[in-house]
Amino acid sequence: MSSSDIRVVVTGLGATTPVGGTVPETWEAILAGRSGARTMDFDWVAKYELPVTFAAQIHTPPDQVLAKVETRRLDPSSQYALIAAREAWADAGAPELDPERLAVAVGSGIGGVWTLLSQWDTLREKGPRRVYPLSVPMLMPNGPSAAISLELGARAGAHTPVSACASGAEGMGYAVQMIRSGRADVVVAGGTEAAIHPMPIAGFAAMQALSTRNDDPAAASRPYDKDRDGFVLGEGAAIIVLESEAHARARGAKIYAELAGVGMSADAYHITAPEPEGAGASRAMLEAVSTAGGTLRDVVHINAHATSTPVGDVAETNAIRRAFGDLADSIPVSATKSMTGHLLGAAGALEAIFTILALHHRLAPASINLDTMDPQISLDVVHGSHRQLPAGDLLALDNSFGFGGHNVALAFRTV
Amino acid sequence: MAQSTQEILEGLAEIVNEETGIDTGSVELDKSFTDDLDIDSLSMMTIVVNAEEKFNVRIPDDEVKNLKTVRDAVDFIAAAQG
Repeated sequence: MSSSDIRVVVTGLGATTPVGGTVPETWEAILAGRSGARTMDFDWVAKYELPVTFAAQIHTPPDQVLAKVETRRLDPSSQYALIAAREAWADAGAPELDPERLAVAVGSGIGGVWTLLSQWDTLREKGPRRVYPLSVPMLMPNGPSAAISLELGARAGAHTPVSACASGAEGMGYAVQMIRSGRADVVVAGGTEAAIHPMPIAGFAAMQALSTRNDDPAAASRPYDKDRDGFVLGEGAAIIVLESEAHARARGAKIYAELAGVGMSADAYHITAPEPEGAGASRAMLEAVSTAGGTLRDVVHINAHATSTPVGDVAETNAIRRAFGDLADSIPVSATKSMTGHLLGAAGALEAIFTILALHHRLAPASINLDTMDPQISLDVVHGSHRQLPAGDLLALDNSFGFGGHNVALAFRTV
Repeated sequence: MAQSTQEILEGLAEIVNEETGIDTGSVELDKSFTDDLDIDSLSMMTIVVNAEEKFNVRIPDDEVKNLKTVRDAVDFIAAAQG
């Protein structure tokens, strides 16, 4: 069987997010239009006089889910990843397979920033002897994928794509390549992030990337609205179980969708600003559709990156227009960051789950906070009410873009 | 002020539980940290440092290898508290 003949399907979903502790809770919140953004109650918000006083914090704190020793020995980014991976693995029916055919590909944008900075504080306040012996494995960005590999005994490989806010989607793309190239039959893939810490907040705020709508957090993430003023920092993890179709069929697994195509590109334009014409992003979308064996007309839904920054939303619009031309007039676009905030390295993975569920339920979720469309946006943005997707064989795209000019598009197909 | 063996044992068991999740009742005087409680060297270092703080003693790094059983640690702490 040639590599292009191997189809990759989704058999398990897991997530812990600002709007729910599981995938069903999260999806229910998305369909209800609930925002996860709220004022932070940490004492460091006032202590450092942060210009942004809210975030989309995790809905279900990990200490409610994990054993005490797990919360002690894992950075929050690994804790979220482990919670999501356990849910996804159970949802997939905990398949039994040769450990050397099972892999992990879980990305993170920033890695163990909480551990790094809290242990730096410990060093300065109490000296080197008090620095936690597990601090290095906790802060390393591959900590989450290593924790999942240990948990599941995955020995085909454990990988950690790092591409800022495209990391989670890149993890899934890497998983597809692993399965198609014959390196694994099953890959646990996605992204995780736990960066609601004063230093990253100050850094993002310094570059004016964050919304400063401190008086109304739930209205702050408003992709495509003319009054949007930046993204809302979120946290959490989203992980799926990907499997060769043959492996999934042989064990009678439930199949949500096919991860049919992957497109990746780099802008090589600016370290943070998106290339305004969207050339690189549109190439990623076109590659995702073509590697899915589809045509542009097959695409009936896009879960956009849509972070709610003034520049980014317009650049993505241009990219979608560039890729789809007039077809973009009638492709329902969802901007779920309006509810979840921006989960950075987990964002693309969480939005992949939303794309999968949109196809599975044939329902594109409505964005919230889109009160007045920015005239620079020429997309069919779903808002007000959810949009029914048609019957038949459908493709849907999940777009993710990261600082550094990373573009990843994933194409999912109904099964 | 010196504490009794029982007080030190209970305090040490709490530290072990916090770091490793091992039930405090399993931390008995005759248990070996490595062979019985399956505590690795990284966890042992954390337990030692936390014990130093809790019991207000100093446990030199080259002494740690001699603390093979829970009793060894309790006795060392009791002696160090003088």
